[in-house]
Amino acid sequence: MSVLRWIRRNLIVIAGLLTLAYMILPNIVVMVFSFNKPKGRFNYAWQQFSLDAWEDPCGVADLCGSLSLSLQIAFWATLGATALGTMIAFALVRYRFRARGAINSLIFLPMAMPEVVMAASLLTLFLNMGAELGFWTVLIAHIMFCLSFVVTAVKARVMSMDPRLEEAARDLYAGPVQTFVRVTLPIAAPGIAAGALLAFALSFDDFIITNFNAGSTVTFPMFVWGSAQRGTPVQINVIGTAMFVIAVLMVLVGQLIASRRKSNARN
Amino acid sequence: MSVTEAPPAPPAEPEEPRKLTLRKPSTRKRLVPYWLLLPGILWLVVFFALPLVYQASTSVQTGSLEQGFEVTWHFQTYVDALREYYPQFIRSLLYAGTATILCLLLGYPLAYLIAFKAGRWRNLVLVLVIAPFFTSFLIRTLAWKTILADGGAVVDVLNTLHVLDVTSWLGWTESNRVLATPMAVVCGLTYNFLPFMILPLYTSLERIDGRLHEAAGDLYATPATTFRKVTFPLSMPGVVSGTLLTFIPASGDYVNAELLGSTDTKMVGSVIQSQFLRVLDYPTAAALSFILMAIVLLMVTFYIRRSGTEDLV
Amino acid sequence: MTQQQQTAGGDVRLAGISKTYGSFTAVHPLDLTVPQGSFFALLGASGCGKTTTLRMIAGLEEATTGTVFLGDKDITDLPPYKRPVNTVFQSYALFPHLDITENVAFGLRRRGIKSVKKQVDDMLELVQLGDFARRKPHQLSGGQQQRVAVARALINHPQVLLLDEPLGALDLKLRRQMQLELKRIQTEVGITFVHVTHDQEEAMTMADTVAVMNGGRVEQLGAPADLYENPRTTFVANFLGTSNLIGGEIVSTGENLVVAAGGGKLALPRERCSASSTAAGGRLLLGIRPEKISLAHADDADDIPAGRNRVTGRITDSSFIGVSTQYVVESPAGTALQVYEQNIERDTRLVPGAEVVLHWNPAHTFGLDAAQDIDAGATSVEDAE
Repeated sequence: MSVLRWIRRNLIVIAGLLTLAYMILPNIVVMVFSFNKPKGRFNYAWQQFSLDAWEDPCGVADLCGSLSLSLQIAFWATLGATALGTMIAFALVRYRFRARGAINSLIFLPMAMPEVVMAASLLTLFLNMGAELGFWTVLIAHIMFCLSFVVTAVKARVMSMDPRLEEAARDLYAGPVQTFVRVTLPIAAPGIAAGALLAFALSFDDFIITNFNAGSTVTFPMFVWGSAQRGTPVQINVIGTAMFVIAVLMVLVGQLIASRRKSNARN
Repeated sequence: MSVTEAPPAPPAEPEEPRKLTLRKPSTRKRLVPYWLLLPGILWLVVFFALPLVYQASTSVQTGSLEQGFEVTWHFQTYVDALREYYPQFIRSLLYAGTATILCLLLGYPLAYLIAFKAGRWRNLVLVLVIAPFFTSFLIRTLAWKTILADGGAVVDVLNTLHVLDVTSWLGWTESNRVLATPMAVVCGLTYNFLPFMILPLYTSLERIDGRLHEAAGDLYATPATTFRKVTFPLSMPGVVSGTLLTFIPASGDYVNAELLGSTDTKMVGSVIQSQFLRVLDYPTAAALSFILMAIVLLMVTFYIRRSGTEDLV
Repeated sequence: MTQQQQTAGGDVRLAGISKTYGSFTAVHPLDLTVPQGSFFALLGASGCGKTTTLRMIAGLEEATTGTVFLGDKDITDLPPYKRPVNTVFQSYALFPHLDITENVAFGLRRRGIKSVKKQVDDMLELVQLGDFARRKPHQLSGGQQQRVAVARALINHPQVLLLDEPLGALDLKLRRQMQLELKRIQTEVGITFVHVTHDQEEAMTMADTVAVMNGGRVEQLGAPADLYENPRTTFVANFLGTSNLIGGEIVSTGENLVVAAGGGKLALPRERCSASSTAAGGRLLLGIRPEKISLAHADDADDIPAGRNRVTGRITDSSFIGVSTQYVVESPAGTALQVYEQNIERDTRLVPGAEVVLHWNPAHTFGLDAAQDIDAGATSVEDAE
C-alpha cells in the first residue's frame, strides 16, 4: 500500500502540521467571529455576517480605555524591566562578586513559581503596607515578573559576546562610555530587544497577577475576563484579530527588510 | 637589548631584594558589579522575596477582617486548608501533569518539523507558532467555548466516532458534551502552554548537528534507533525546560478551569483567588498558596536533579 | 647580563613588572627592554606568562608590581585608551556590527579626527584590501580578517604594535605568507612590534630578538641564531628545535672541557658552557643539535678524522623526509639520540639495527648545568598546538 507507506514516511510532518492546526484554530475562530452579529450577549455561536464591530471598535464602554491602559503599563514595565534586567545580566556575565549563587536563585525563582503564588503574596505585601491598588501596584508587579525573563534573554547574548571586542575598543582610544555606546550596546542589542519584546508580551497579556493587584483598575485582559461573565462584545474579537494581523505584518516586513539588506550587502 | 632577569639557574632565585610596590585594584572598580545589581535585585527582594515572608506570616495569623489579623502561629490553618481543598490540589497536579505530557507529545513533532524538515518554510512556521501570542490568551481561550460548544462540529464528530462514549466512561467528558468537563480544561491548558514547550524544544533540536544523524545511520542505526539514541538524548535540555515552563504555570492556572470548566473542575488557583478576593480569608489563602509553592518547588527540584540538567538559569 | 644600553626615545621598558592572581603568579618580577623599531618576540608555551606580559604593556591588565615605561614616560597607570600602543588581538576581535572601513577608522574617530577617508583608503591599500571596504568582517576570509586587524591598529601610528598570537587561527601555508607580510609591513612603517607566539619557527623567522618565557619568567633572550646555537637552559635547548642532551662528569679542564659520558670522552669549548661550576669532578649536560652530527657505519669507524667527538650506538628507527633522513640511535651515552643527515650520498647500510658511530666537531657542543630537568620544554610545542 503506497498510501500507508507515504503516511509512515511523513509521520512526523503530519503530526507536526496537526499540532500547528491545533494552535492556530482558535485564532481563526476569533477572526471569523469578529464578523459575527450575535443574538444574545455572548458571541459564541455563529449568526450572520456583519461589519458592525469593525466599523466601531471602541463602541463598547471601557473597552478602548482598558486597552490603552494595558499598552501604557506594558510600555513602562518593558522600559523598567529591560533597564534593570540588562544591568543585572551584565553584572552576572562580566564580573565576579560575592553571593552569586543567591542572586542566581533570586532571579530563577520568579520563573519557577506559579503566578497565583506571586500574585497572592504581593497582594499581602500591598495590603500590609496599606498601598492603594491601581496603576502603580500593577506596574510594580509587572516589572517584578518580567525582570527575570529579561535577565535570561540578555545574559544569553552577553555570554556569547567576545570580551576582546571591548578590549579592542579600549585599545583603540574609546573610553568607558564610548566603549559601551559604540561597541557593547550595539552588539548586545539583539538580546536586549528580545528581552524587551518578551517583557512587553508578558506584561500586556498578564491576567492573574494583574487581577490580584489592580484594585478597581481594569486592564484589557481584565476587561475580557469580566465580559466572559457578563457578555462578550464582538469588539474583543476585532481587537484580538487586529493585534494578530499587525504583529504578523510587522514580522513579515522585518523579514523583508532583513533579506533585502542581506542581498544588498552581497552586491 | 638587555635583560636583567635572573638567569633561571636551577638553585631557586636568590634575587636581590626588590622594592615592590603592590598595586591594589581601585575600590571604585570593584564596586561596579554591585551598583549594576543593586536596583534590580532590590526590586526582586522587596516585591518578590519580602512578599513571600509576609505571606508566610499571614498564613499563621488568626483574626477577622473587622478586628484585624494577628500572628498566633496557628498552623492548624494548613491542616484545615489541606483537608478541605485536597481535591483541588490533586486535580491541579493531575490536570497540569496531563497537559504537560500532551504538550510534549504534540509539541515534539512540530519542533522536530521546524528544526529539520521545514527548510525554507522554517521562519513562516516559527511565526505561526509565536503569532497567536499577540492575541490576548483570554480571547483565544474563549474561542474554545465556540469550538467545543454543545452540538458543535467537534462534539458531533467525537460522538459519531463513539469517542465520547469511552471518555465519558472514563469520567473525562459527559456523554454528549465536552465543554465544562475535565477534558475541556486539559484541552485549554495544553493549548495555552504549547508554545512554551515548542520553543525550548526547537532551540535544543536546532543545535543538533545534522551530520550526527548521518553518522548514526552510517553506524547501523535505523531512523527509530537514531531518534532514541541520538536525537532525543541531545534534546533533553529542551525537554526539561519545556516541561518546566509548561507544568509550573499550568499548576497554578485558574483561567482555563474557570472559563472552560465547571464547579467540578475547579483547580487550586481558583480557590486561592476566591479566598483572597471574594471570601477575604487571608490566612487560608496564604496557606494554600504556600502549600502550592512548596509542592511545585519540591517537584521541580526533584525533577531537575533526576534529569541532571542543573544549569537552566 | 647587565644593563648596557642607554634608554632611547621610544623604547618599551618593563621594570620589575609582575602579575599575580590570588596565589598564582602569572609573571614573576621582570625587567625587559624592547628597543625602538625592533621586532621583538615573546616565545613560550601556553600559560607561560607571555600574553599577560603583552596585556600589561597594552594596559588591559593591571600590573601587580613594577613600572611600564614608554621612552621616559611612566605609563603604568594609564588606561589602554590613553596609551599610544595598539594591539592586534588573538582571533582579531573585529567589530561584527561595523564594516571594514568603520573598523579601521574606529581609533581615528575616537580621537576626534573627522576626515578619515584618505587615511583609511591608504591603510587598506597597504594591506591590499581596498576592494573590501564596505564588507562586514564575517564576509572576509581568515587571512583578510587578520590584515584588517593589523590595519585597524597601525592606522593610529602607535609607538608600539602588540601582536597576540596573530597568526594562530590561520592554516600553515597562509601563516608562512602572513609572516613575510608582517615583516614587510614592519620594515615599511618602522614601528616597534612586540609579538607573542608559541610557534618557535614563527618567532625565529620574524623577530630580531626573541625572549623565551617559561613559568612566568624569561629563560633566555637574544637573537634567534644566538638562542639556537647557545641555549643556556635545557628548556631553551629543547623548546627551540631539538637537542641531544648527554649527561657526564668533567674529567679535565682547560681551553676545552673534557667530559666522561657513556664510556667515552667528549670535548667542548669552555666558553660554550653555561653551567655555574666547571671544576673537574662536576657533572654537566652536553648538548648537540641533530643536524651537526655525522653518521658513519661501524665498519668505517677508522676513517673518522681524529679530534672529533665520537659516540657509538645502534640505529633503532629511521624516517625519510625528502631533504634529509632522520635517525634515532640507541647508545650508552643516552637513549634515543636524534641525527639528521642530508640526503646527498645515502649509505644503504644505515638501516634500523645497524651499528654506527656518531661523530661531530667538538666546537659545536654546548654545555648546560646538570641540575635541571633534562626533558624541560621537550613536549611543550605539541601541547601548545
